Amino acid sequence: MVAHALAEAVAYPAVGASLDVERISHAFDIDGNALPVLEDVSFSVKPGEFIALLGPSGCGKSTLLRLVAGLGAPRSGVLREDGDPVTGPFPSRVVVFQDPTLFPWRTVWNNVALGLEAQGILESQRQRVDAALDLVGLSQFRNAYPHLLSGGMAQRVALARALVNDPKILILDEPLGKLDSLTRITMQAEIVALWQRKGFTTLLVTHDVEEALFLANRVIVFSNRPARIKADIAVDRPYPRHRGDPKLAELRRNILGLLGLDATW
Amino acid sequence: MSTYSASKTVALKQSAEEGAALSGRPPSLAVSLPSGGTGVFASLAWVGFGISCLWWPDIGDWPRTHQLAAAALVIAGAIFLASVAGNRLGRFNAGLQRRAPWLLASALFLTLWEVATAKFAWLPLPFFPPPQSIIEVYTDDLPKLLDSILASVKLQLGGYLIGATVGFLTGVSIGWSRSVGYWVHPVLRFIGPLPATAWLPIAFFTFPSSWSASTFLIALATGFPVTVLTWSGVASVSNAYYDVARTLGAKPFFLVRKVAIPAALPHVFVGLFMGLGSSFAVLVVAEMIGVKAGLGWYLQWAQGWAAYANMYAALIVMSLLCSGAITLLFRTRDRLLIWQKGVVKW
Repeated sequence: MVAHALAEAVAYPAVGASLDVERISHAFDIDGNALPVLEDVSFSVKPGEFIALLGPSGCGKSTLLRLVAGLGAPRSGVLREDGDPVTGPFPSRVVVFQDPTLFPWRTVWNNVALGLEAQGILESQRQRVDAALDLVGLSQFRNAYPHLLSGGMAQRVALARALVNDPKILILDEPLGKLDSLTRITMQAEIVALWQRKGFTTLLVTHDVEEALFLANRVIVFSNRPARIKADIAVDRPYPRHRGDPKLAELRRNILGLLGLDATW
Repeated sequence: MSTYSASKTVALKQSAEEGAALSGRPPSLAVSLPSGGTGVFASLAWVGFGISCLWWPDIGDWPRTHQLAAAALVIAGAIFLASVAGNRLGRFNAGLQRRAPWLLASALFLTLWEVATAKFAWLPLPFFPPPQSIIEVYTDDLPKLLDSILASVKLQLGGYLIGATVGFLTGVSIGWSRSVGYWVHPVLRFIGPLPATAWLPIAFFTFPSSWSASTFLIALATGFPVTVLTWSGVASVSNAYYDVARTLGAKPFFLVRKVAIPAALPHVFVGLFMGLGSSFAVLVVAEMIGVKAGLGWYLQWAQGWAAYANMYAALIVMSLLCSGAITLLFRTRDRLLIWQKGVVKW
């Protein structure tokens, strides 16, 4: 379905940006006490790279994504997109959250159009909304309200809502976490296809080791809170990948070991 | 036709319970009889009502008895024809079928009313006038009644629109801006819970006219619930919506207009509904005390002359108007909030 849509979609050149995470530390204030969540995190992402951030639940990965999106400022350290410091949200860095958070009062089409409308360019660029809906295969649902959609369809709309802005960095915060396993497998392949087609830089937070290995060029493994980088693992396998690949199985065992789960292997 | 509107009013008052009962319990009267059966019974009941008007002589002087009987028989004939015509009338027939038990019940009620007042005088006059005396009000006192309706509608509409607009804007401002909230919230807490009618004495001597004073009071009664509910609606919008819009490039004004307000609309409509209810109360009191026009004033005037038929007639009109206003509000809401699942049907 997606491959077909891809062939028909109008191509909008979007080249990924580089991202530099430089010595980021962050903490939350809880009842006057500082609770550290990120500790001296540094890494660099090349343009067009697909990075998976892997770590135990609640370790601070999602906080890091919010900082990259510009939804908050770190306590210390700098984030750079193509060398320029990140100071706030900007549509070149778009987030797809774990919940689709579609606006229930807007139809599917109007949800996808949100970014262009907010930037005041919707009237001249309406065809981009149609193209984005084609891309995720939901053109037929353009006039539906979100409460009619299944979980997977809603998340596809959220993906289209992000992609319509031609982001340079796509930030995926466990976008497949709440979907059933069959839908998740389908959408993993779709995300790879979209990423290869569009060339944006991708940052994916997940706690599914298999998903990280199936999708990413590099897997960065975090420790428990406060999150520090434990390992930065290159996944040097060609796409499309196969879940049974013995190389991936080996990497999976290494990573589970890093997370202290080797006993379950 | 006026008698018919009287029965419709009675029907409206209890329509909520009726709706629940009809849909909740499967073997209801409407379902258990064959198609058209209840309609025929209803038409018979209306014939009965018409005959009850003519059979016994009136106690007292009621000039509209014969017209009432004629109207009842015409209604009976119409119901009968429509029931017999059946499915040829399409949707109208379905509506008639659904309402047939109510048509039947209202005919029985009217008959009882007629017999208990005009025929045997079981209920004391002048407090319980017969149905034909209410018809008499609608035919003979129509100009004054129409003037009163117009005055009430004008006053209510002006006050309500001002109150709703100011309340909505205030609610959005305090829900959105911390500093506006800091200054407005204490004032709102101090003044809001005060019943708007408590302002009556002050309002009537501080405002240049009783009309402007009443408009102010109606606006006040409307504004408070609209403000509080709009505010709570805006305040309860999930941060996730703002996050999404901000990462997509939304500026603060866009966030208010396209995120906060649409997300708060269900709350706003609850506020508008509550405001409508309390503004009706203020309208009637203001008309009774200060403004020398409107249905409230008409009620007061009728009571002064012990013209109870006029009072009932005015009450029926008032009930239709208030119910109509609420219906209008709910229709608007249903149209605007079409994206919501399972809203209450009025």
